Amino acid sequence: MALNVTDLRVYYRTLRGEVKALDGVTFSVADREIMGLAGESGSGKSTLAKSLIRLDGRMRHVGGTVELDGAAMPLSDDGAMDEFRFRKVSLIPQYSMSALNPTRKIGKMVGELLESRGERADRAELERRLELVGLSKDVLDRYPIELSGGMKQRVVMVVSTLLNPSLLIADEVTSALDVSSQKAVATTLLGFRDHGLVTSMMVVTHDISLVYQIADTIMVMYAGRLAEKAPAEVLVTAPRHPYTRQLIAALPEVGVRYEDRRLTGIPGSPPSLLKPPGGCRFRDRCPLAFDRCAEQPPFAEVAPGHHVACWKAE
Amino acid sequence: MLKLDGVSKIYRVGAFGGRELKAVSDVGFEVGEGEVVSLIGESGSGKSTLGRMILRLASVSSGTITLDGRDISSIKDRKEYYRQVQGVFQDPFSCYNPVFRADRVFSTIKEQYFPRVGADEWRTRVEAALESVRLDPGNVLGKYPHQLSGGQLQRMLIARAVLLDIRLLVADEIISMLDVSTRIDVLNLLADLRARGLGILFVTHDLSLGNYVSDRTVVLRKGKIMEMGRTDLVFGNPAHPYTRSLLASVPRLHAKWTDAVVEEVPCAYHEAPEDSRTRPGLAEVENDHYVACAGCAGSKIKETA
Repeated sequence: MALNVTDLRVYYRTLRGEVKALDGVTFSVADREIMGLAGESGSGKSTLAKSLIRLDGRMRHVGGTVELDGAAMPLSDDGAMDEFRFRKVSLIPQYSMSALNPTRKIGKMVGELLESRGERADRAELERRLELVGLSKDVLDRYPIELSGGMKQRVVMVVSTLLNPSLLIADEVTSALDVSSQKAVATTLLGFRDHGLVTSMMVVTHDISLVYQIADTIMVMYAGRLAEKAPAEVLVTAPRHPYTRQLIAALPEVGVRYEDRRLTGIPGSPPSLLKPPGGCRFRDRCPLAFDRCAEQPPFAEVAPGHHVACWKAE
Repeated sequence: MLKLDGVSKIYRVGAFGGRELKAVSDVGFEVGEGEVVSLIGESGSGKSTLGRMILRLASVSSGTITLDGRDISSIKDRKEYYRQVQGVFQDPFSCYNPVFRADRVFSTIKEQYFPRVGADEWRTRVEAALESVRLDPGNVLGKYPHQLSGGQLQRMLIARAVLLDIRLLVADEIISMLDVSTRIDVLNLLADLRARGLGILFVTHDLSLGNYVSDRTVVLRKGKIMEMGRTDLVFGNPAHPYTRSLLASVPRLHAKWTDAVVEEVPCAYHEAPEDSRTRPGLAEVENDHYVACAGCAGSKIKETA
């Protein structure tokens, strides 16, 4: 198992109390698995992605453990996490445009970055990897301002994977791109895994239909907890959690017209995570809710590789 | 109702405005009453510029935009124009002043457009408008913007436009900031408003959203119309290679991307008979389905000749 997360809790400190953004999350990602992490705003998906790299000043690691390749990650010890960052866990940030130093040529910046980690820059390997994502080696002698948005995104992708991390986290990397470059970036991610540059991957997104294209498994989060995790095909065709079902039913697809089939959204809104209600957090919006939902359902395995947190998902 | 005829927009760019950038060139289409037209394009296609020109937020460099046959730039009284045409934009959060209650967007409308309406009657009107966008007035009135969700704020802005009894709504990417579970409700709302006779220009980069709600579709690329016509024809039988490649790269559920190269087809514009070229640069390949030249060899010969 590449990544094992057990009962992870990360809260945000605010003036009005603690926001329970990540409240007891248990899952694992296998070697060579690309896991899509889907959810709406406030579901905790970005908090989960950030926790595995760096907790910022407002975030507090309340409980739970994270294990990567058998070694426990010291989430709350910023200094000790340096052992893991970039080498074992690497992140492709959402706004790659602002991730590059504008005053350095790309090649120099990469050299300085590797030096700061005590690594030597292997120019030939760097050029080979640029080629892999469809960039010429000339970009190393250019400043970030000379590259287009899609090119910068690909440069950042190459830089993040230079040390062959065990886990690569891609946080909404395609959200700001056009349809055609979305496809290019997504297939590049797939290529990283297939060429063995990264062992496993977590692709964070709000777009299930996009992540379905490349992911082996998809995990859906709701209000700081896990709702469902299943192989991509199963999650899309036979979801068991009522939230996943409604979410997928609300997606308009090319070919579906308003006159033919009127889709419906999910009424209501997610609960406040400042003082979340007990029991299942989807209860208020759930059409299947019954008395037992006042008790939090476990994230149970209902079929091989298919976990659901719902009492009615038998 | 709304008609665009050969509309172009040229921006001056470069350090001293020395270079020209043609953001929109020679675009012509119509939006009828009770019709949803979606304007689809990637970034830089000029779709937002078109929306801004229709809303008179940007000037037209050449060509005309007419509303019921009147050139919109000749309507001196802007208020008269905005009584009929309103816009809603992408980010609902930045449309509200966080210091004031969110329903202030309604009282500013009253001050500007309906100063003589009594308070009681105004309240009834506001409530009716909120109900027409499926908001519970008791739930949203008197709240501050941060207490409401993005979907609620966006629907309030649509209610604000509805209060004016407008005839045309320019909806510029109004869905893209909303969560999946609420965006479909806003889309359905547009379809309901259409049933009441409102014309809607739905600007989007998302093909599946445009396909779901619109009667007619205009596909833009680099400021030019590539293909336009009835939505089912444009999406069901795309004739332009750009539309085909766009459709092939849209991520879908239940169907994975294929590596198959979009097959080469002869340029529909030059294959069509001369007399079908009824609009400038567009050939009518079937009834209400227009296609531009695919950039084939035929066009190059003509340009050099």
